[in-house]
Parts: sequence; structure tokens; C-alpha cells
Amino acid sequence: MQAHVLEGGFDNHAVDSSHAFRAVMTAMARPGQIATLQGALPPAPLSKAAGVVLLTLCDPETPIYLAPSHDSQQLRDWITFHTGAPFVTAEAAIFAVGTWQDLPVSAFAIGTAEYPDRSATLIVECESLSNTGAVLRGPGIKDQTALSLPKTDAFQSNAALFPLGLDFIFTCSDRLAALPRTTRVG
Amino acid sequence: MSDYNFAYLDEQTKRMIRRAILKGLAIPGYQVPFASREMPMPYGWGTGGVQVSAAILTPDDTFKVIDQGADDTTNAVSIRRFFQKTAGVAVTEATTEASVIQTRHRIPEQDLRDDQILVYQVPIPEPLRFLEPSEVETRKMHSLEEYGLMHVKLYEDISQHGDIATAYAYPVKVEGRYVMDPSPIPKFDNPKLEMAGIQLFGAGREQRIYAIPPYTQVVSLDFDDYPFQPTKADHACDLCGAEDSYLDELIVDDAGGRMFMCSDTDYCTSRRKNGHVGAQGVPFKEDAA
Repeated sequence: MQAHVLEGGFDNHAVDSSHAFRAVMTAMARPGQIATLQGALPPAPLSKAAGVVLLTLCDPETPIYLAPSHDSQQLRDWITFHTGAPFVTAEAAIFAVGTWQDLPVSAFAIGTAEYPDRSATLIVECESLSNTGAVLRGPGIKDQTALSLPKTDAFQSNAALFPLGLDFIFTCSDRLAALPRTTRVG
Repeated sequence: MSDYNFAYLDEQTKRMIRRAILKGLAIPGYQVPFASREMPMPYGWGTGGVQVSAAILTPDDTFKVIDQGADDTTNAVSIRRFFQKTAGVAVTEATTEASVIQTRHRIPEQDLRDDQILVYQVPIPEPLRFLEPSEVETRKMHSLEEYGLMHVKLYEDISQHGDIATAYAYPVKVEGRYVMDPSPIPKFDNPKLEMAGIQLFGAGREQRIYAIPPYTQVVSLDFDDYPFQPTKADHACDLCGAEDSYLDELIVDDAGGRMFMCSDTDYCTSRRKNGHVGAQGVPFKEDAA
């Protein structure tokens, strides 16, 4: 194991993760709102924001799926050392990381009618992230907002599954926005 | 600060609660099961709310706790001191200064801003529980959106009392999907469930977390010919004169004497500081309390 696998985690886990979670929670409660995160320095190609989300939410209880875009031994080692999360196929994953093109979106768990919470959260790495493009409406949004989504129809059909469905976190460098299944993309 | 981990809970427990909160926000009104921990206080004293607060607090927060609207009751004081000690957060009694407010059975009179978070302590999170004791059955009813039984209950209220007599824990439908127990807040507070802040609900004994994101549609169940009506005592506050706040009734002597006062102590005190005086009140003096 190389030394830099051991680096890039939170300096003060309890405090850093509390700030990070507040940002992630606010993003999930207010779809489209962009937050800036700090505290993690993961190996490429994982973005800083995606690294912070994994450090904040993942542990041995949360199986992770790495899309081909992100499936490197170095990144596996980093995630294993810092979170202990196991790596699994898309069907069994609670979290998934990758670019939109490389994530097999239809393969992930969308929850069951009695337990809609048993669904995957996808961390989608983006080239850019801005409040332009697709119009968003729904819970957490006053009137409407906009977000640069990689696609629109996939999110429309995901919202149609409500209360089942996937929840998305879009990351770009040190910034992040979220799109829960309740958001209507139009 | 103390020998505890930041905000008392260990990090793995916080991650588990945090994941439940995110799913709760993504499915408004749905009760997410979580592995509730034993807390250093008895069930029924807000262990669910305390675990949610522990998972969301940062050292930069200013924390306020209310019990039936009051900042100075035993439950509120002990929870406030708990996080003062274990998380080192600043505390306040002023609604406008708080970033996180933990509440037992009230929503503050002052409208919350979009940078404020309200954490509810919930005794029985399942709105259908007193109608159907089986968790297997109520879970099936939620999955099938089968809420007829709840309307029958409200109808029986009308047939027995001539009106919907349910006065607290009044059921609501969130975003047109899940029927939810807003915790035992008076139905006077129900219209405030549509707010700018994030609302999180924690039930420790029952091991459930649920949430309402900001600007989410929350409709109190009713009938076309018996529309929902938020009610309060038909009186003004005897201390500050407020006519728009929820009131507690106090018996003050053995001769049937009584007075009404705001249940929200911060709201009442702020009004008195601004010179409002009720029928039995005296002008506010800083050291009077």
C-alpha cells in the first residue's frame, strides 16, 4: 500500500464531517442549490466533493459501486482505508460513484413499496455544475430553480417512480448539488 | 470541552442517522427506520430528537430547545445543557438567533428563516397506530396509500362531537402521498408546517426518522363540508396581549381564577420587552424574571 493512500482524509473527523453533512443535507433538502465542500483530498479521478461525501456517509455498512470511470486500485485502496466500505455490483450498492455515461442507472435498487428508503444514492461526477439548464420544481424549491443536469428524461422517469426511485448527488471539483426523487424536472 | 466525542454519539452512529435523514428528506413524510441508540435520558424525554440533533449539529451552531413552547422547563434545560457540554455549541432562548431548534410539541410563533432547522421530538410516529396496532399492516397501508381508516376516524369525531375533535397530532398528508403524524403539536400549528426551514422528526423509542423539506406541500386532512380549522383559546394573552399566539391556560388560585398566556415564552417575552402589556400583565422589567 502506498503512503498517499493513507492521506487525504479529514483532519478532525467529528467536526469536519459535521460541517460536510450539513452541506449535503442542505443540498438534499434544497434541490439545485450548490454547496462548496472541503476537508478531503482523494486520489484522481475522484473529485474533492465526492471524496467528502464518501468520508461523511460511508462505512463498513454501506456497499459502494465504482463505475468503470472511477474503478482504479488506488481509489479502492483510499476508500477502503478511510471508510472500510465494501465494493459490490450495481444491484447491491447503497452508494455509487462515477460519471453519468458510466453509471448503469437502471441496475440500482430503487427501494420497495414498503421500504422506499432501501434505494441507492448515486454520486455523479460532472464536468461542470451551474444553475442553468433543466428547470426543477418540487419539495425544497421555492417556485423553481435550474441545474445543469447531464440528461433530463432519465430524471423525469426517476421522479415518476415516486415514492420509489434513486437520489442523486452531482459533484464537480469541490462543489455539489443534489436531486432527490421528488424533484420534477421539466 | 468534555471527554465525549463531539455531540456525544460515536461517528458510525451519526453516519447511520445521517443516511436516514437524507432518505427522509428525499421521501417527505415517509418514516425511515433507524437503529436508535440508548441515550443518557429516558425514552419519552426526547431521545429521538436528541439523536437527530447530535447528527446535524456543527460547532458553529446556536442551539435552542423548547418544551411546549417554553425554554425554561426541565426537559428543555437539560437537553440544552447536554449539547452545550457535549458539542460545545452556543445556546440561546431567542428564536431568531437560533440555527437549530429542538422542539417538543410546538412550532415557534416567529416564522422560521431558510437558514434555520427545526427538530421535533416524536413519541408515536405512526399516525395509523391507534387505528391499527400491527406494524406489518400499517406499513402495507402506507405502501398502498390506503388511508380510508384515518378519514373514518375523523368522521367518527364529527358524528360524536359535531366537529373534528382531534386537537393535537392532527394528521397531515405530505406532498400528496404520505399521511404523517406532525408529532403532538396543537392543530393551531399545522399551517406552519409549510415553512422555509428544514423540519426533521426523530422518534427514539419507535426508531423512526422522517422529514419535511422546505416549501413542501403539507395538507391537514379534512372534509369538504368540515374544513380543517386551526383552533386556539378564544382569548388574548394576559401577559403580553397577543391575540395571534397559541395560549396555555393556567389556574392561579383555589377560587377558579385563571389566566391565559402565550405557550411560546420567547414570543411573549419579546413582545413584553417591546412594551406590549396584557390584561393581567405588568410592564416588563429586565430583572423581573
